[in-house]
Amino acid sequence: MYRQKYIFLLPGLLVLVAIILFPLLFTIRVSFSSWDVYNPGLNWIGGENYARLWEDARYWEALIRLTFLTVATVTLQYTLGFALALLVWRDIAARRFFRVLFLVPMMTTPVVMSVIWRTIFHESLGPLNPILEAIGIDAQPWLSDAGFALAAVMIVEVWQWTPFMFLLLLAGLLSLPNEPFLAARIDGAGPIRTFLSVTLPMMGAISVGAILIRLIEASKLMETVYVLTSGGPGTATETTSYYIYIRGMRDFQIGYSASLSLTYLIVMSVALTLIAKALIRLMVKDRT
Amino acid sequence: MRTFYLSLKYLAVVLWSAFVIFPFLWMLSTSFKTANAVTAGAKWLPWVQFEPSLAGWQSLFGGVGGINIVKPYLNSGIVTLSGSAIALVLGTLAAYGLSRFTFKAGPLGNGDITFFFISQRIMPPIVLAIPFFLMLRFLGLLDTLPGLILIYVAMLMPIAVWVMVDFFNSVPRGLDEMAWMDGCAPVTTFVRVILPNAVPGLVVAAMFCVIFGWNDFFFAFTMTFTEVQLLPVSIVALNSSVTPWWSLSAAAIVSVAPLAVLAFVVERFLSRGGLAGAVR
Repeated sequence: MYRQKYIFLLPGLLVLVAIILFPLLFTIRVSFSSWDVYNPGLNWIGGENYARLWEDARYWEALIRLTFLTVATVTLQYTLGFALALLVWRDIAARRFFRVLFLVPMMTTPVVMSVIWRTIFHESLGPLNPILEAIGIDAQPWLSDAGFALAAVMIVEVWQWTPFMFLLLLAGLLSLPNEPFLAARIDGAGPIRTFLSVTLPMMGAISVGAILIRLIEASKLMETVYVLTSGGPGTATETTSYYIYIRGMRDFQIGYSASLSLTYLIVMSVALTLIAKALIRLMVKDRT
Repeated sequence: MRTFYLSLKYLAVVLWSAFVIFPFLWMLSTSFKTANAVTAGAKWLPWVQFEPSLAGWQSLFGGVGGINIVKPYLNSGIVTLSGSAIALVLGTLAAYGLSRFTFKAGPLGNGDITFFFISQRIMPPIVLAIPFFLMLRFLGLLDTLPGLILIYVAMLMPIAVWVMVDFFNSVPRGLDEMAWMDGCAPVTTFVRVILPNAVPGLVVAAMFCVIFGWNDFFFAFTMTFTEVQLLPVSIVALNSSVTPWWSLSAAAIVSVAPLAVLAFVVERFLSRGGLAGAVR
């Protein structure tokens, strides 16, 4: 009767292999061809695409920018998400209302909200600059200055995805046992001391999980950029995904963009694996 | 000191709430504006600061200067629901198999197969965009609903497997064994005994599938042109140099409203401790 076990696994596995693995293997082959809009088809040009990619400064700049954006936004999301989870964890009135409210942004469609954010950041008609002026800060060229455009992308990402951190961390906090906190109170530990030596160590594993999921998702960043700035001004907010999108789906350089995306996939997998190992060593103390 | 500390807490909560609500209030207010009210600069209060109009809302159903979103709305609903349903069925079956039986394919065991499923979430969509595009063109499914559903199944199944493997691991094995001893075949056991006990896990998995399906833009954007349009694509299409902010805002509200309701469901799970298992 154990032969029946394949009835469970195989349908899903085969569908996934057919839809994802074969296309991926095909991409490897395509990356060694010069497939473009003029000459569609699989010829063999060896490693030419990879040589071109090596010299492509725009690609590497996008990768560095993506690294910066990913690390910066995920750090912000983690800090803010943790702070918010602690705030509505206990002893605050109407905490269930605030929990619902804090979760709402992650349910909304990122591109749709990005379109709305674009109107908010609008320099002359949007509401953000008048608010800044009301509290004594000058109006800023949000989407037309390189630095501010990056900041705008980060603000939107933080707004959208801090709730995800908040959700996982609050779920973790709510599942913690009560005894260590009682012990800390009996020993006379203050709130900061309790947080550092009781709460934080117990939240290590779940923190690593939450940070890794967000790092993976954030490193795909492109939709926000596409809607908010179209990579501009110039190429100031271009991320790797967005650059590959331009080369592949807009210029239709299929072969070249295949080599770009494979390199991106490899760099990302290696980087994420290393980060995962480092985080686990750093934050998960008592791995049993 | 204690009151001071507590009021600081409330201040922080209120500030973040303001940040969260800000875009929603802005789009609500904008959806009642006209071109004149928009070009007059940032205004918030209808009647006081500008004369409200229903033009934005009317344009949702084919009025002037907007897009008719009824069809994209239905398309999005069809693709999200059928994609999620298929992904959930396939993913739940696979997750149950991986949690209860031992599989061997050369050096690869259960752990590796589970990792293969889940690791698909690491794949950036752009890496798959071109092969998907070529594959759908080959199958003649480009710019059709079935083509999109196919892609959404592949995109959502890893989520279903991820949630359900963890969930099934927490369902005691004794339950299965008891049913087997009573002479139930594994499939019957799964349908009669395990599924009814797996409802909370299924709800969480379904919720995540629907969220990621409904909110996806990239594949909906790259795999369709004119015949089939999903909701996010048709809303982003409004985003041009002369964006009709009022229709845009009205469309944005109706598109994010159905899922915003899910925040209540998630909070219920959270406060009852039902999510702790799902996120480990």
